[in-house]
Parts: sequence; structure tokens; C-alpha cells
Amino acid sequence: MADQNPGFSTLAVHAGATPDPATGARATPIYQTTSFVFEDVDQAAALFGLQAFGNIYTRITNPTTAVLEERVAALEGGTAAVAFASGHAAQLGVFHTLMEPGDDFVASNKLYGGSINQFNHSFKNFDWNVIWVDADEPQNIADAITPKTKAIFIESIANPGGVISDIAAIAKIADAAGIPLIVDNTLATPYLCRPFKHGAHIVIHSLTKFMGGQGNSMGGIIVDGGNLDWSASDKYPMLSKPRPEYDSLVIHETFGNFGFAIACRVLGLRDLGGAISPFNSFLILNGIETLPLRMEKHCANALKVAEYLSAHDAIEWVRYAGLKDNPYHALAEKYLDHGAGAVFTIALKGGYEAGIKLVSSVEMFSHLANIGDTKSLIIHPASTTHKQLSDEQKTAAGAGPDVVRLSIGIEDADDIIADLEQALSAG
Amino acid sequence: MNHDTYSDAYIQDILTSVKTIAMVGASAKQNRPSYFVLQYLLSKGFDVIPVNPGQTGKEICGVMTYASLAEIPRPVDMVDIFRNSEAAHSVTLETLKLSPLPKVIWMQLTVRNEEAAEIAEAQGVKMIMNRCPKIEYARLSREIGWAGVSSGIISSKKPKLRNNFQQYGLAERPNRK
Repeated sequence: MADQNPGFSTLAVHAGATPDPATGARATPIYQTTSFVFEDVDQAAALFGLQAFGNIYTRITNPTTAVLEERVAALEGGTAAVAFASGHAAQLGVFHTLMEPGDDFVASNKLYGGSINQFNHSFKNFDWNVIWVDADEPQNIADAITPKTKAIFIESIANPGGVISDIAAIAKIADAAGIPLIVDNTLATPYLCRPFKHGAHIVIHSLTKFMGGQGNSMGGIIVDGGNLDWSASDKYPMLSKPRPEYDSLVIHETFGNFGFAIACRVLGLRDLGGAISPFNSFLILNGIETLPLRMEKHCANALKVAEYLSAHDAIEWVRYAGLKDNPYHALAEKYLDHGAGAVFTIALKGGYEAGIKLVSSVEMFSHLANIGDTKSLIIHPASTTHKQLSDEQKTAAGAGPDVVRLSIGIEDADDIIADLEQALSAG
Repeated sequence: MNHDTYSDAYIQDILTSVKTIAMVGASAKQNRPSYFVLQYLLSKGFDVIPVNPGQTGKEICGVMTYASLAEIPRPVDMVDIFRNSEAAHSVTLETLKLSPLPKVIWMQLTVRNEEAAEIAEAQGVKMIMNRCPKIEYARLSREIGWAGVSSGIISSKKPKLRNNFQQYGLAERPNRK
């Protein structure tokens, strides 16, 4: 495959993987080990000093996890990636590399409820301050940026409201400010959306969702776009200044266009400790091999279910950007290939009580707090994932009291619809 | 030739055919990129010779340093330039005065001098600009994937193991002319 650009499905199966050089094993082995033997003290010193490539300790790198990292970097079109134990751990890793106490970042107010909690509360302990804006109007982001602003954070498809971000317009604002645009691409996956093509600088994922895709492993990842000059200002000392941890090494100067990923690994992952298990990396890696096939089915099913629900008497509205009358449909056409994802919300005419009744009456849908499984999933955010938010925040996040979130699986669409039909008509 | 992109084959043929590399601008400071590259190429079996007038007669990574290319007492296959783009011009001219003539001039990441490249190529010297031999060796050998960095390579061939733990190498390509 020399010197031609492989297609997405080829990368999903092959990128990062080689036959095991010691045994010839074709599947990526699970290197379930904490540590790696040094050849001698010189090799150990070179590894600890970041002068040689290689593994020391699974908290920092692991050969199974490395295949996952290279694969996701390739699928996103980034330079490098760093896997973490969860999407939240990856998010902490990104901001740890960018922020100092007293700094702020601008975030869309339409985000996954767990991210809203992390930014509002846990990050406050580090004196990292989130500035919430309605990102539907990108100018709101530009207006919110202060001299202390170190990043802009959005989701490509927001969870759960089906909001699509205007990535290219927001990336221009980030470029003008000399700060990175971070895109959480969890709901879209790189099969539907490749944010770097539209100017984003950092992509993160909860691999727990569609990437692994089978609801069996937690994981998160940071992907470096390699397209921001971290040394153009003094805003990012972790990257542009000598690091006392590594004998005054300057990470951006030394590692160039994958320096951000290296910093997230050797300063963030090393010291914060949120390392993914090699077994989880293996399971997620196997999930990614079928990502294109699964996403095709997820999206096709989701559109059928959304169309069915739109015509149902018990339903007030369906917020799915794949529907032609959805206000985000034009943005979905611009940014999403192959479909508008498989997670969306509906509002029930019967309000809060009808929402509770629906999640209690389904038989095939699973009532649980995840998304992006092969199985169809359902949840009532107002009483669960978004319970800790204020009423205004719930509504802003698209998770009001009458709202139910669906994650459509890859079962037969007729069976998914039949389950919803019986639950909606249950007495 | 076009110096915006290089084929993997072009780079791999260079890295598997050169043995002795003079590194102009090699630093004795352990936290400098040139030191990293020098140490890495030595670990891969290259005979790397540091060139740095400030370190003349001293060893870097256990190797004797020379003040200039002209003072190196043995033939050099490749000159690796760790200087700025402007200085790369005069280093290129110094390289072209060596006898025997080196086969390759390699300018590091961010270093590019088109005029120098034309002069060198007219004399049959292969050029690489704005690349790092450590990154390229690690990428083509697949070691770079251990750091989660994308190699851009799809292959079902097993990596070439070198003698020590965690050491991949480069094999000569079978169809090389």
C-alpha cells in the first residue's frame, strides 16, 4: 500500500496494526503487562528521557493501546493520539495540557450532561473557568473570548439534542484567537465527520460509545490535529517552554506536529494516571474494524425510527438532524457523511409522566445511561443523566422534563419500531 | 524533484543505503532535538559523526566531534543539516567539496533551501528537506506507533526486529534498482 491514500474502511481494519514480530500473530495481541524489561541502563535512560521510542510502563504506553491510538489518529486524519481510561479522563488530559489556574475556555451550552458537570464543578477545583455560550451563533463564541481563554470546546453532534455545530465557522474564530478548537466527535465518529478537515485542532472521543460500539469497554482518546503553532504565543507553556520534568526539554520544538499528543501523554497521562486497560484497548480496536458497517446500519435505522416517531400522535417533536424539516439539517448535510448519527431526542405530549412510562414499558430497548451500542437504548435524561442540571440548563441542553433520548441500535428497524409502538400505546 | 512530498520508497532507500552520517549542528546538550536524533541514529547502527566547531575534539554520545565537514577523516554517505534554512546553503556547498561526494544531503524539519537543493541535485546528490531522519526511520520501521503517532503505513508484513528489546529496524526493499 505504498504511497496511495487508503480508504476509511481499509484504515478501520489495518491502521496501526502489524503481525506480531515475535510470533506472527495476526490479531493484535493483548499485552496485559504493567512493565517492559530494559535492555540496559542506557536504553532505560533514553526511554525515560523521551529520546527513544518504546514502552516503559502501561500507565504511559502499551503496545496494544498504541495500535488503538494509531488507528484512531489515522481515521481522524490527525498526527497522533493518546488513549485514556474514559472520555472524561481524556477531556481532563486535554485541559491539563492547555490550562493554568485562572484560565478560561469557551464551551457550547449544548453538551453531554457529564461534560457540563465536569466543566461546571470539578474543573472549578483547578480554577479552570468555563464560559458557556449558545454556539448556534458562532459570533457568541468570538465575543466571549478573553485574554485568558485557552480553548473552544464543542461537540460535532451534541448529546442528546441532535444539535450540529458549524465547525468551520468556529474553527476560523479559534484560528483568529490563536487557540485550539476542541471537538468532541463521539456521536458522529470519524466515519460521519472528520473535524480536522474543517479546521478543528484537537478531537476527543468517548470510545465507550460507537467506536467500541458494543457496550463492553470504557475508553477515551485525544487526537492531535498537528495544525496549531503552540509556540506562536506564551499561552501554552506545557508545550512551548522548557519542562522541568524532562531536563528542560521543549516539547513542541522536539516533537513538532505531534507535540500536543506527546504532552498529553508524558505530562498528562503519566501524572494524572487515567490509563486504559490493554484489554479494553483490544476490545475497542476490534469494534473499530466494523465501524463503517455498523454506522451505516445505525444511521439507516435511526432515520426510519425518527420518521416513524415524527408521525406518531403521542409525540410532540423529534429532534433528529437527519429529518429534512430539522433546523440543523443543512449543517448535517455539510458536515456529516452517511447519515446524521443514531442518537436523538423526542418530546412526549404527555410530559414527564409519559417519559417515565415510555422508558418503563419498552421490552427490547434497554433502559440505561449509555449510547452507541449495537443494542437500542433509551433514557429519560431529566431524571437521570441531566438530573443534576438546573431547569434552564436542562432545557438549554435539550433535556427538558418531557424529553426522552434514544440510541438506535443495529437490530431490524421493524422490531425497533414495534417495541416503541407497543410501549407508546401501553395502558 | 518535488520537495513537498517524498515517497516512502525514496526515504527508505536512502535510510537503508547510507551508513556514515555527518550531523552538522549536533548539540552536546541532552535536551536538544539534534542530540535526540544523534543518539537514535547511533542506536540503529549508523556511524554518525557530529560536526560542531564549539565541541571540536570532544565527544557527543561517545563519538568524536569535528569542527567542519572538511576535517572528517573518512568518507561520508550523508550530511544531516541541523542549521537554519539560510545556513543550509553554505553547508550544502561545503558538502559538495567533499571527496568522495556524499550521496545524500538531508535538511532537518523546518529547514529548506531550494537553491542549495538545485545545486546539489545537479551534481547527482539526493536531497531531502524539511524532514527528520529519526522520525522517518521510526515511522517506516513502525516504532513511531508505540507513541501513538500515525505512521501512514498499511502493511501485513511483520516489522523487522533488531537485536535488543523494543528495537525495530528497516529492511532493504526487495525490488530496489
